[in-house]
Amino acid sequence: MQTEMRLRRSLLYVPGNMPGMLQNIPVFDADVVVIDLEDAVPLSEKDAGRILARNFLRLSRDRRNELYVRINALDTSYAMADLAEILPALPDGVRLPKADHPDVVERLDTMLTEHEEQLGLEVGYFKIIPSIESATGLLHCVDTATASSRLVALAFGAEDYTASMEIDRTKTGEELFHARTMVAWAAKAAGLQVIDSIFPDANDMDGLRAETELVKRLGYTGKSLVNPRQIEVVHEVFRPKPEEVAHALEVMEAIQRAREMGTGVISLRGRMVDAPVVKRAARTLKTAVAFGMIEYELTDEVVHGAK
Amino acid sequence: MARNSLGREIPERWHGRRLDPYRDPWSRKPDVDRATRPVVRRNPGESKLLLSLREAIEKCEPHDGMTIATHHHLRNGDVLLNLLVRELDALGIRDVGIASSSVHPVHAELIPYIRKGVVTRIETGVNGLIGELASKGELECPIVVRSHGGRARSLVTGEVVVDAAFIAAPCCDVTGNLNGMRGPSACGSLGYAYTDARYARKVVAVTDNLVRYPAAPVSISQSDVDWVVRIETLGDPKKIVSTTTRITRDPAGLQIARYAAEVIDAAGLLRDDFSFQTGSGGISLAVADNVKRKMAEKKIKGSFGCGGITGYFVDMLEEGFFDTLFDVQCFDLRAVESIGRNLNHREISADLYANPFNRGSVVNMLDCVILSATEIDVDFNVNVNTESSGLLLHNTGGHCDTAAGAKLAIVVAPSIRGRLPIIRESVTSITTPGETVDVVVTERGIAVADRHPELIKELVRRRLPVKDIRQLHADICAMTGTPQAIEVADKVVAVIEYRDGSIIDVVRQVKE
Repeated sequence: MQTEMRLRRSLLYVPGNMPGMLQNIPVFDADVVVIDLEDAVPLSEKDAGRILARNFLRLSRDRRNELYVRINALDTSYAMADLAEILPALPDGVRLPKADHPDVVERLDTMLTEHEEQLGLEVGYFKIIPSIESATGLLHCVDTATASSRLVALAFGAEDYTASMEIDRTKTGEELFHARTMVAWAAKAAGLQVIDSIFPDANDMDGLRAETELVKRLGYTGKSLVNPRQIEVVHEVFRPKPEEVAHALEVMEAIQRAREMGTGVISLRGRMVDAPVVKRAARTLKTAVAFGMIEYELTDEVVHGAK
Repeated sequence: MARNSLGREIPERWHGRRLDPYRDPWSRKPDVDRATRPVVRRNPGESKLLLSLREAIEKCEPHDGMTIATHHHLRNGDVLLNLLVRELDALGIRDVGIASSSVHPVHAELIPYIRKGVVTRIETGVNGLIGELASKGELECPIVVRSHGGRARSLVTGEVVVDAAFIAAPCCDVTGNLNGMRGPSACGSLGYAYTDARYARKVVAVTDNLVRYPAAPVSISQSDVDWVVRIETLGDPKKIVSTTTRITRDPAGLQIARYAAEVIDAAGLLRDDFSFQTGSGGISLAVADNVKRKMAEKKIKGSFGCGGITGYFVDMLEEGFFDTLFDVQCFDLRAVESIGRNLNHREISADLYANPFNRGSVVNMLDCVILSATEIDVDFNVNVNTESSGLLLHNTGGHCDTAAGAKLAIVVAPSIRGRLPIIRESVTSITTPGETVDVVVTERGIAVADRHPELIKELVRRRLPVKDIRQLHADICAMTGTPQAIEVADKVVAVIEYRDGSIIDVVRQVKE
């Protein structure tokens, strides 16, 4: 399976019903902005949020960030209207809340296909990032991760998860450890990125840094954010160290040498370099390029060898 | 009517004065000697201490058409200027010119005296209602807007002759040694008052804190002071250092600050001996915060910080990021406390700070200054004096002085103010010429003057959103629309002097 190479370190939520915040979206460095039509928008403003989000999407053709929309859960009466309003304005994807079961993802996939056909788009245009945010969701997340080829990542939602467990969420997060690991397994096994939950306290940058470092160690590739001020800290944590970048460059050079010799494996200072090592190096380089640390053109051919 | 080099129409004469249209930032210099003041002899045992402000004014030989000056270190807490004008009126004096270092909203109390003809000229920029009413034609009172360096220049060259300077002295002795460091009205640096003490015909120290001789440290010395008078209070301490100096929390403002710090780094200025000035606004302070972090990362030791000083700069001094602070004005209480105890926190005069006509001012040694704007045009000309409404509401401060002096002058501003685009085809009035402005940073893009192709290349390499200023203008206007130009009458209500005394722009009466 080919790993999707696009960086998604920061996924910033912006409430769909707040025009003042929507107009600032292009200003922020978040890799993905998720316009929220679900929890941030009160019932009385669901329609306003939908329309504002649609208009904003229409106006932003030249995008700095990927733009996703968090629709309302598929079992609510709002979800269909959300999709009908939003999809013609061409978001990059849909963030699906309460993905408790692979069926939910499959249903969304079908709906997206129908919209794509109506809009004359290629099937698969709209991506999906499902949120695993309940005990049920966790138990099914391995299957959910493979329920649609539109998936680019799995997201873990700690707020709803702790609610479903009837426990409190703490800043140190011991209670989330197993759930986080499980979502990471499911995502990695399916070749997906994996996005951690929001850190709700926008004033506690040390807490945010500690949590982001923790999830990075667990294999997470990005984090959902509630405040633009959090972007910088998260990007700093995901910034590769100069020695990691240097090593990744060596790996790429070594594997290219290997391929010229007609093999897919080579030894670099006594350690084997093969496909998984190359993939990891490619990700490091991709991140380094995004930070402006190096100039490097990373093509599929470089990563995977000649087809 | 002549056009200056920026295309602004400048009348040849205005209220009896020949106006010299602005040409460029570097060449003008009149062929004159420095101004001077009368020699005075004081014998032992003679007292300078007077009993009332009235008596002090009388000692200054008050007359119709005289010019007085005060300093604005007490900012919106100042009571002295209002008291003086009230006394002058009571003495029947008319046609007084005010050549203070600035006028604040608290001085709206002067408006009835302007209407009455007591005050008929203001030889300084104004903040607040006086400027607003003058712009609307509701107040007959020509205003000459000057920068800090420009005001010092105008006294040093004798273009403005101050008959009597009244120096609010938070700490003063009977001979007139004085400083701003201690006392109920402590304001820290007295940088703006130095020039008055050296060049005014008569100098009166006005204090609410008469201390035992000698008042030390001596900021302004007894050898320059003619008279000393004690009054109840110089001002409202709460309003003296009230400027809220706090880093912005607005995410767009923080984005601007991050970009600005990256620009400074990309320009190659973040190396040992770095020198730096920012204002006290929330975005400026956020830039300082980002710069400080970068200096810490790179283990850089800067040389000096200057300008109006805030607690953030005091921290940078104390943490070793700078060797020295050059302080013309303290913006907050922490700066006031620091200047009184830290020898590396130096009080400097506005003359030393920014006068273009001395033998070299501190701004010439600045690597980088962070500036604000009410408007910026596509030629990088910056307005800080008027608002888009056409009303004259703000004084220049050190804006055009530091822009001219610093290697890199960066203007930081949110792209949209109210509902108006910050970048215009043409600004309402020009304070600082685009020739001295290097970079404009908004949250929607960074515009760099064409004369810095290397910087542009480096910013692109760092993946920062560099845009041609016309493109940035178009991007912002795509959201806001293009505002309708305001209509102005022919009448010139104020002239805006460039720091060298040439006229960079005029403010015309708005049509309502």
